[in-house]
Amino acid sequence: MSEKPLPDPRSVIAKIWDAHVVAELGGGHTLLHIDRIFLHERTGPALLAGLAAAGRRPLHPEKVFGVMDHIVDTRPGRSDATHSAPAQGFITAFRERTRAAGVRLFDLNDSRQGIVHVLSPEQGIALPGITLVCPDSHTGTVGGLGALAWGIGSTEGEHAVATQTLVRTRAPQMRVRFEGHLPVGVTAKDMVLALIARHGATGGALNGQGCAIEFDGAAVRALDIEGRMTLCNMTVEFGAWTGLVAPDDSTLQWVAGRPFSPQGAAFDAACTHWRTLFSDDDTVWNHALVLDVSRLEPQITWGTSPAQGGPISQPVPDPQTLPSGSQRASTEKALAYMGLTPGAPLLGTPIDAAFVGSCTNSRLSDLRAAAAVIRGRRVAPGVKALVVPGSTPVKAAAEALGLHRLFLDAGFEWRDSGCSLCFFSGGDSFGARADGRPLRVVSSTNRNFEGRQGPGVRTHLASPATVVASALAGCIADPRVGAG
Amino acid sequence: MEAFTRIEGLTAALLRENIDTDIIIASRDITSPSRDGFGPRLFAPWRYDGPGGPERPDFVLNQQPWRAAVILIAGANFGCGSSREMAVWALRQFGIRCVIAPSFGAIFQGNCIKNGVLPVVLPAARVAALGALAASAAQPLTLAIDLQACQVQQPDGSCDGFVVGARDREMLLAGLDEIDLTWQYRADIEAFEAADRLRRPWVWPGAVTAPRP
Repeated sequence: MSEKPLPDPRSVIAKIWDAHVVAELGGGHTLLHIDRIFLHERTGPALLAGLAAAGRRPLHPEKVFGVMDHIVDTRPGRSDATHSAPAQGFITAFRERTRAAGVRLFDLNDSRQGIVHVLSPEQGIALPGITLVCPDSHTGTVGGLGALAWGIGSTEGEHAVATQTLVRTRAPQMRVRFEGHLPVGVTAKDMVLALIARHGATGGALNGQGCAIEFDGAAVRALDIEGRMTLCNMTVEFGAWTGLVAPDDSTLQWVAGRPFSPQGAAFDAACTHWRTLFSDDDTVWNHALVLDVSRLEPQITWGTSPAQGGPISQPVPDPQTLPSGSQRASTEKALAYMGLTPGAPLLGTPIDAAFVGSCTNSRLSDLRAAAAVIRGRRVAPGVKALVVPGSTPVKAAAEALGLHRLFLDAGFEWRDSGCSLCFFSGGDSFGARADGRPLRVVSSTNRNFEGRQGPGVRTHLASPATVVASALAGCIADPRVGAG
Repeated sequence: MEAFTRIEGLTAALLRENIDTDIIIASRDITSPSRDGFGPRLFAPWRYDGPGGPERPDFVLNQQPWRAAVILIAGANFGCGSSREMAVWALRQFGIRCVIAPSFGAIFQGNCIKNGVLPVVLPAARVAALGALAASAAQPLTLAIDLQACQVQQPDGSCDGFVVGARDREMLLAGLDEIDLTWQYRADIEAFEAADRLRRPWVWPGAVTAPRP
């Protein structure tokens, strides 16, 4: 009796990829089917206009979803009229373009509205094992529930909407294992900041090609689904193509019963498929990294790249200790922009503002962790502190738990959902210092680039807990200090 | 899309690592849902003295002869960050047709190809050497970028070869529209979808994943 040859071991990434191959185009290029496309008001209008101008229509408008999130007003009581004229232009144009294209829109005051990467899993539109794209670089966030998802440009977006496919080459495969137990007060955000600080802003690429990363290991398995999304959110800051966590029982439980999730027998059939989505033993990885998180500290960035960061207890690095060349020059420029002195402690550096929000850290678990740090204290005088829930349902759920009262009583602003001050689009700001010097912000977002949060603004990336601890102290502070 | 065969022009150097798309085009400068008008706002945070302010004379693209630069030499991980395609539109509308760097942000690199801007990857040492040559205002560097030959050519005849994906090269040389190319596979797409509806019915909205009331 002859035995059938065993199939080659495959990674979870390869399994999802293989299930979406429409055609091999030669030269390593694959025409890949795309299950879900998200558009937003910032780039959606030009994208849909380009499509229409070329006489094209969405192939499957029911697989395309529009969201208002990027530049929407997050101050309470918003309406079209509370936006600046340019912002209104984007909002109105997106509404018109999605309607003309037959694309479902989660509009400004829809009860399901939210940041696209928070909304898509929350509504059950992002699912394990699917391919999902959006003209936004943080689309990999939904890798947290085992989707293969990545950010694209506008022209690629037109291609996806018109043909329900994209052309790609297979990315190198990388496995990143986080081992050990995460200490109390240290979070998924700290894990990914540590990864990027250790291996650099291109550590997720091999030979200039962004990798597809599977995050695994005991510390990843121990994260809830929202923490896994935080981890995957910042794969783009690591120079990777995308990242995911293979779905497990907690993923399936998380997906069950959501508005767009499959129901009944369809859900059971989906689960049977999703349970096959794991990396086989003996999968060949192009690269593998391991980090032990057992002694991980809260992380914070000191520079203008997410890679320029480290443990919160460490001093500002001294560029003179680095080899001369571009790394030293980049460090010097970053410290000059950030107004930091080499060798000085980061802890205790006075701040002007604190921001909890963004697709990285604005889900209910983030807000709970942030609120838990308050313990009856108040935001330090002179610090502007904001909490911006990731979606309208997250806001409602937080209010049902009374979290908004904790934030408001402590002196935080409690906003409506949107991308808000993760980046500065001109409509809202952290204000200005009386002496005109640049503002310093501790932020639960993903990018500390020059000017990202406003002209001259100095951004320190950290976890929501660290942001709140710093807001209360009025300076960069360790969230573990004083914890019961 | 715009074809790219061979270009020749003034070369400016901006040798910083991790130049992100927020610096290339700031979010606050994206004020209309159109593809035009970004050229004057290219690198605005470095190019102008504050929002709405005058040009900063120390910024390379504000200096002669580089106001007419066609080629930009930059540090590693150029175009990292946001996927905003306006970053490429801003470069193109300023007049840049080619960026030479040791590496690029992946989404930005793809966006370049689709807009007739050629991202050329050269080893860091070669980028630094060319960047040093490009820093002289007295002897401005003119490079030629030949996509047929896949070469960066200097006036003295020396050249650096580079590698670009065969498909990207073909599309750039002929100025092909990728959607048109993909529609040649329409039958494959239809066959895939017919099979997929049976294999994974739950991903097909309208069948079983309509939202519950």
